Amino acid sequence: MTPADRKYSRTHEWVKIEGDIAVTGITDHAQDALGDITFVELPKKGSQVSKEKECGVIESVKAASDLYSPISGAISEVNEDLETAPEVINSDPYEKGWIFKISNFNKSELDSLMDAAAYEKFLETEE
Amino acid sequence: MSFIANTEEQHKEMLRVCGVNSVEELFADIPPALKPRSFSLPNGKSELEISSFFQDLANRNFSHLTNFLGGGFYDHFIPSAVDALASRSEFYTAYTPYQPEISQGMLQAIYEYQTDICRLTGLDFSNASLYDGGTALFEACQMAINATGRRKIVIDGGVNPIYRKMIQSYTANLSIELAEVPVSHGQSDRAKIAEYLDEKTAAVLLQNPNFFGVIDDHSDIAEKCHSLGILAVQSVYPIAMALLKSPAEQGIDIATGEGQSLGNPLSFGGPYLGFMAVGKEMVRKMPGRMVAATTDSQGRTGYVLSLQAREQHIRREKATSNICSNEALCALRAHIYLSLVGKEGLKDVARLCVDKAHYAKERIKQIPNVQVMESSPTFNEFTVKLPIDAGECIGRMIEHGFAAGFPLGRYYPGMENYLLIAVTEKRTKYEIGRLAETLEAVICQ
Repeated sequence: MTPADRKYSRTHEWVKIEGDIAVTGITDHAQDALGDITFVELPKKGSQVSKEKECGVIESVKAASDLYSPISGAISEVNEDLETAPEVINSDPYEKGWIFKISNFNKSELDSLMDAAAYEKFLETEE
Repeated sequence: MSFIANTEEQHKEMLRVCGVNSVEELFADIPPALKPRSFSLPNGKSELEISSFFQDLANRNFSHLTNFLGGGFYDHFIPSAVDALASRSEFYTAYTPYQPEISQGMLQAIYEYQTDICRLTGLDFSNASLYDGGTALFEACQMAINATGRRKIVIDGGVNPIYRKMIQSYTANLSIELAEVPVSHGQSDRAKIAEYLDEKTAAVLLQNPNFFGVIDDHSDIAEKCHSLGILAVQSVYPIAMALLKSPAEQGIDIATGEGQSLGNPLSFGGPYLGFMAVGKEMVRKMPGRMVAATTDSQGRTGYVLSLQAREQHIRREKATSNICSNEALCALRAHIYLSLVGKEGLKDVARLCVDKAHYAKERIKQIPNVQVMESSPTFNEFTVKLPIDAGECIGRMIEHGFAAGFPLGRYYPGMENYLLIAVTEKRTKYEIGRLAETLEAVICQ
């Protein structure tokens, strides 16, 4: 099931607001499409990211794909556990498999993202 | 595949699409002086005539000279087993031999070569090799620029001037700032280098031993680099690595070098062998092929290309480099050479080089009006100051059967009288004595 407590992008990232911080990751659909994830190139802590701009790379046994940020802001934290255990994204994409956190993010950009229901519909049209 | 020539009609159609009237117009950018004067060849010749013609051309090469010429490329002994093994057709004729289904032998050889390079440099990962020492150093620049997001490169004046020229030409049309820092008493000028280091600097390029043969320990420069987020790059002479502090021991991030000295002949300029090794944190930024060991479905050891997401056939625009091949045969020769001499053997080769070079220094010091530059310790190459132009001296020495060295004035203005002399394990006491005697005779001519 797609968690209803967060928003989704057309490039299959999720973003969840926790106070002043936006936590991001990729969706269950994205991890399933990529297959076994072998490496994540994380953005640098402190760097600026922009909505829909690439900020890292996810490598799987099938492909190397760009990682996009769902909203603009500054990287406040990255999930360092992924350096040694990238497969967590496969097993738990919405919780332990979070990828990076953004501070000072642009709240208005959240409006352009989909909620869980809209994202599920979007997935149907994609297939 | 049969060859089918284009028709006149197709020629016209292609020219029309290109928007030109003639084939010559397509080559209009080539200056007339560089265009062939004529394509009319003489009438056919017999096999005997052809072989004499080429023999005459070959004889114009002075391959009989006793070699004291170095400058990054050295006349080391090559055991005949290197030729015998490397010229097996399974190795010799393979092109891009990377398919694991059919190329386990070559892949294993590359994997073992990578292990050699890791052992020589002390670093964790080596690629499958690059074209030569100069392009390897340039690839290290590119890597540093990609990894740091900065665009300034500081180059120590002790880096081979041929490499520096290559880097200048490779970067001429890229917005990369190059800063060259002349050496001080033959060594890296620490204070001057430090002045150039800032938050815009991606890497510092160093060489050990440097172009003057001077041995250095760049630990202090590497430490300074790291405090500013700069990568320390060192080009090294692989034979010297048997005795000197390794790049890893000096805190170097990227080690590169020319592998010709490992079982590859001088061959008037190539093909040569570029090598590169990095630490774990840089491995996904490294250019070129990389072979890894794995196990197949039955648990047997096998070899495959690895970490290919770096390469251009996966993500062209994100590739770390446009290099998608390697110098497989030269790398194989290097590996066979290192396997034959072994760990202790390589140390013996290196020690012989140093001892003989220092004997040569002592002999040459005794020549009146010739000064050996001795402000810094050297490996197997050293600089002497002559009372005459070094190029002139080299010309005279050739007549006596010697390639006496490298004229430093060619790349270092003001050093016209300086000669760079290299001594390898191949040179005998007699040859070194004759070099000194002949040098003394020709400078008085």
